[in-house]
Amino acid sequence: MKRKDFLEKSLKAGMLPFFINGMRFQAYGSTPMLKAIAEASAKNGKVFVLIQLSGGNDGLNTIIPLDQYTNLANARNNVLIQDSKVLTLNGFSGTGMHPAMTGLRNMFNDGKVNIVQSVGYPNPNFSHFRATDIWHSSSDSNAFINSGWAGRYLETIYPGFPTGYPNTNEPDPLAISIGFSVSTTLMGPTANTGMAITDPVSFYQLVTGTVDPAPNTPMGHELTYVRLVLQQTQEYNTTVKAAAQSVSNKATYPSNNELADQLKIVANLIAGGLKTSIYTVSLGGFDTHSAQVSASGGNETGAHANLLKKVSDAIAAFQSDLEQLGIADRVAGMTYSEFGRRIKSNDSRGTDHGAAAPLIVFGTKVNPTIIGSNPTIPSSVNVDDNMPMQYDFRQIYASILVDWFDTPATSADNDILLKHFDTLPIFKTSTSVNKYQVDNQSLMQNYPNPFTEMTTIDFISPGGMVELRLYDNQGRLLSVLVKEQKAKGKHSYVLNGAQLPPGNYYYQLITANGQIGRHIIKQ
Amino acid sequence: MQRRAFISNLIADKEPPKALPAEQFQNKALPTDLQLGQGGIANYTGTWGEAQVKHLLRRTLFGFTKADVDFFKTMSMSDAVDYIMNIPTTQPNPPVNGYNTSTDIDPDISAGQTWVNGPDNINYHGQRRNSLYAWNMEQILAPQRHIREKMTFFFHNHFATEAETVGWPIVVYNHHKMLRENCLGNFKDLVKTVTLDVAMLIYLNGYLNTKTAPDENYARELMELFTLGKSSESQYTEDDVKAAARVLTGWRINVNNYTSFFSDVVHDTGNKTFSAFFNNTVISGKTGSAGATETDDLLNMIFAKDDVVARYIVRKLYKYFVYYVIDSNIENNVIIPLANDFKQNWEIKPLVTALLKSEHFYDSNNMGCYIKNSLDVFSTFVKQFKVTMPTSPVEDVFSAYLTLHYGAAVTGLNWGNPPNVSGWPAYYQTPQFYQLWLNSDTLPKRIMYTVLLMVGFQYKGTNTLVSDIIEVAKQFSDPSNPNTLIQESIDLMYAMDISSAKKQSLKQSTLLFGQTSDHYWTDAWNDYLANPNDASKKNLVLTGLLYMYKYLLDLAENQLA
Repeated sequence: MKRKDFLEKSLKAGMLPFFINGMRFQAYGSTPMLKAIAEASAKNGKVFVLIQLSGGNDGLNTIIPLDQYTNLANARNNVLIQDSKVLTLNGFSGTGMHPAMTGLRNMFNDGKVNIVQSVGYPNPNFSHFRATDIWHSSSDSNAFINSGWAGRYLETIYPGFPTGYPNTNEPDPLAISIGFSVSTTLMGPTANTGMAITDPVSFYQLVTGTVDPAPNTPMGHELTYVRLVLQQTQEYNTTVKAAAQSVSNKATYPSNNELADQLKIVANLIAGGLKTSIYTVSLGGFDTHSAQVSASGGNETGAHANLLKKVSDAIAAFQSDLEQLGIADRVAGMTYSEFGRRIKSNDSRGTDHGAAAPLIVFGTKVNPTIIGSNPTIPSSVNVDDNMPMQYDFRQIYASILVDWFDTPATSADNDILLKHFDTLPIFKTSTSVNKYQVDNQSLMQNYPNPFTEMTTIDFISPGGMVELRLYDNQGRLLSVLVKEQKAKGKHSYVLNGAQLPPGNYYYQLITANGQIGRHIIKQ
Repeated sequence: MQRRAFISNLIADKEPPKALPAEQFQNKALPTDLQLGQGGIANYTGTWGEAQVKHLLRRTLFGFTKADVDFFKTMSMSDAVDYIMNIPTTQPNPPVNGYNTSTDIDPDISAGQTWVNGPDNINYHGQRRNSLYAWNMEQILAPQRHIREKMTFFFHNHFATEAETVGWPIVVYNHHKMLRENCLGNFKDLVKTVTLDVAMLIYLNGYLNTKTAPDENYARELMELFTLGKSSESQYTEDDVKAAARVLTGWRINVNNYTSFFSDVVHDTGNKTFSAFFNNTVISGKTGSAGATETDDLLNMIFAKDDVVARYIVRKLYKYFVYYVIDSNIENNVIIPLANDFKQNWEIKPLVTALLKSEHFYDSNNMGCYIKNSLDVFSTFVKQFKVTMPTSPVEDVFSAYLTLHYGAAVTGLNWGNPPNVSGWPAYYQTPQFYQLWLNSDTLPKRIMYTVLLMVGFQYKGTNTLVSDIIEVAKQFSDPSNPNTLIQESIDLMYAMDISSAKKQSLKQSTLLFGQTSDHYWTDAWNDYLANPNDASKKNLVLTGLLYMYKYLLDLAENQLA
C-alpha cells in the first residue's frame, strides 16, 4: 500500500472535526459556564446566543448618555465621542450609540434591540478572571461556585443527565461553543498546505473498540477523561455534520470579522435543525487600557470603534440571516462583558477596569426599548469613580430563564440562580412590562449638595416596601438607609454623612415600580 | 472485538458507533479521592529503572528518544537530575530571515541574517514574529538533555505576554531571551527584571503608568499572578493595587534602543500606604532618580510575605511538573518544605532539583497522569518517530518549523500568544486544569497532525515532513518479532501499558494483516531486509507499521505523560 492510499483510507471523509467554514468549535455541555444544557428547545424550540465581549467593554462609549455630555467631556475628554457623531435612537433623544454601530442602531430603530442600562452586581470585582467567573457562575461577588448558571438550568430539566444521553430523541449537543477563529496570524506561508486537504464538514476516523479498565489513580482518572472526549467527538460529529450540511446561510456576513464567522455557523446549525438551545461565541480585545481611540483619526475611530463595528455588523448580519432562514422568532441573543470601564479615562487614551455597563439583548421578540435610566456622571470625577449598578446581571439571566425558556420562577430562583432575582421586561412575553419605569421625579437630588455633614433626600413612594441604599464610588453597598413600608406620597430622609470620607457617592431608591439612583458629593 | 469489525472501524467511512456520552467529563471538583502520590521531599532511593527514567524525561524535556532513555539509565537518579538541571550557559543563535519569498524581500535583513539587531521595519513585523515562532519550535525540537526549554515555557506561561499585542519583534525576542537566560536563576531578581522588561511594560501598560493617570494593570498582575496569587492567605486589597501602581509610575521605554528607563517627571512622589496585609507599610515617595528605588521597596515588601510567595510559586511548579491535585498531605510534605527552603534565597534551580529528586516525584501514582500539551505531543512525535527537519535552505527551515508551530496553535497552544496574562488555563483553571487542553476539536486534530506527520505532511510545495518508520522499528531489539516490536513501541510512547488482549488485537489487525500467526510479520520483515530495494516488499512492511502506529497514536494513552 502506498502512503497516499493509507492516507486516503485512514483519513477518508477528510478530517478537522468540527471545523466548519474555517472555524473551530466545540460541542459540549461541560464548561465552567455550561456544565450541561438544554433540551428546553425541544420543548419550546427557543435558542439563546451568548456573545461574550471579553476584556471589559467600555459601556460609556457604547451606549452614550448624551444628556450627561458636559460631565462626560470633563471626565474623559481624550476618548470622548463627538456628540454630533453619536448615532441617535428613535424615541430616546438623551441616549445614543457609538458611531461604528450602525447595524445595531438600525435594529434598535426596527424594534429588535433591548438595552439594559448599568448592569452589574454589588461589590464589583476588578480582576478579569474573577469577574468572568462571577458572571458565568452567577454567583455573589464573594462566593465561589464551580458550576455555571446555564448548566444548572439543564439539570433542573433533565435530572440524571447525562446518563442515557444522547439518545434517539435527543441526539444533539446540548450546548455549542464556537471558539476563536484561526487567527490571521496563522495564515502564513504554510497554513494553506496544512488545511488544503480538509473538507469543512467531515471528521477524522478514530479507532474505536473496547477499552481497558482504568485504575483509581491520577493516571486512570485522566485516561478516562481522554477516552470520553474521544467518544464524545464521534458522537456529536454525526449530528453536527448533518445539520451543517443540510442548509446554507442566506445572508452575507462581513469579512474579516471573527464574531461574524462564529455567528454564521450558529445560524447554519440552528437552521440545520440542531436542537441545541444555547450557543456561546466570543470576541476579545476589549481590555482597552490604552489607545482605545485613534490618536489621528478622531475619537470615533480606533481599536474600540473597530471592535464595536465588528459586534454591530456581525449581529446585524446574523439577524438578517435568521430572518431569511425563517427562524428569527425563536432565536435571541445578548452581549455581555465581565465589567465596564472607569468613568475617567487615563492619559493613554484608554480606560481602566470599571464596574456596571449596559448590555444589549436582540431578537424579534424583545421589547424594543431601553430599560433603566442613563447613568449619571458627576461633575467632578476621580480616577477611582465607578459606574454604580442599576440592575443585577442575574436579573437578565432570570428574564432569559423565565420569559424566554419558560422556566418556572421557583426553579430559576432555587436551582439555577440560587436566590431570587426580579425579571426585567426584556422580552415581549414578560409579565413585568411597565415595571421598572420609575418616574424621574420619584427621587429628588439631595440638598444641600455637595454637603459636609447633613443632607436631605426626598423621595416619593408609590406605596408598599421602599428601600433607599447608599453606595460608595466603587459601587460597594455602604448602607441600607431605609427599608420599610412607606405610604404613598412624599417622604424625606436626612443623611448624617459626617463620618464619610470626601468623594462621590450614589444613592438608589427601590420601590415596587423599579429603581432609580443619583450621585451625591461629600466635601 | 471481532477482527473484521475492528478493521472496518479503523479504516472505513462509517457512522461511528454509539458510545457513552462524554459531555460532562471535565472535573466538576478536584478529584481528591484518587490515590494521590505519597512521600515527601527526601531523596528518592527506590528502583531506578526505565519507568523512572522515562517519567523524569517526560516531565522535563520536550520529547525524548530511546537513545536518551539508554543514556540516563546508566546514571544514578541524582546524577541524572543534575545532568538535566545543567543547562547551557550560552544562548541559542537568534532567529534569522527565512521568510523572504520571491515577491516579498525584507530590504534591511538579507536571507539567513538575524533581524534581532535591527533595523526595525514595521512592514516586516509579522514575518519576523513568525520567524520567532519558528525559531522557538527549533529550540524545542533540537536534540538536548536538559530542562531549559521546559523551564523557559514555564516562565512564558507564568509571566505571560502576547507577542501579537506587544508587536515589536525585537522586543518580543528580547523578552523570551530574558526568560531563557533566567529560567533557573533567582526568582526575586527575575520578578524585578520582568517588571522593567520592555515587552511587559508594553503588554500591561506599565509604560503609560503616570502620576496623573495611574494605570493599575501591571500592579494588579504583579500581585495576583506573578508573586502572591489570589487565595485565602493572600489578602492584599484593591487599595494596595492602586498604591503599587503609584509606586511603579515613571517607567518608560526608549523606542530607539528598546530599553526601559525611569522618568522622575511622571513619577508619583507621594507616600504610598499599604494595607494591614503588608503591615501597613508606607513606601516613602522619593524624588528624582531615587524614585526608581521605590520599585525595589515594593518588591521587598511583597517578598517579605515570603510564605505566601514561596508557596504560590512552589504550587505552580508542582502543577507544572507533577499533577494538579494538591491535598493536605502533599501540601504539608512537599509544598511547604520546598517553600521553606525556597524562601531563604529565592533560587529556582535548587528548588526544581529538590522536587525532581524527591521520593514524591517518583511515586508511581504520579506517573502517566499529565495530559500533554500540544508542544509535548508534536515534539515527542518528531523525536520518537524520526522526522527529519530540514537544515537548509533557510526558507525551508523557516516553513518547516512554522508548520509545527501552527499545528500546536490550532490545537490550543499558540506559543508566544497565550490567551491572556494568566497564561494557559490548563495550568491554573480549577478544577479542570490539563483537561482543558482536550476537547472534541483539539483532540482529533492533535491525532490527525501526528498521523499526517507519519505519512507525510507537505509543508511547502512538495517539501514534506515525514517520519522514517522503518528506522523507528529498527531501533527496537528485534523488529521481526511482532510482540516485542509492539511492546517496546508502547514502552517508548506510553507512560502505561495496555492489556494483552488489546495488544493481541492490535497485532493481528495490523502487523499480521488479519492473520493469527506471528510469522506473517516475521516473514514480511525478513523478506524486506533481504530485498531492501524491492518496492512491493517495502510497502508491505510499511503498511503494517503505519496501521500499527496509527492505532497507537489514536489511543487515549498517547495523550498522557
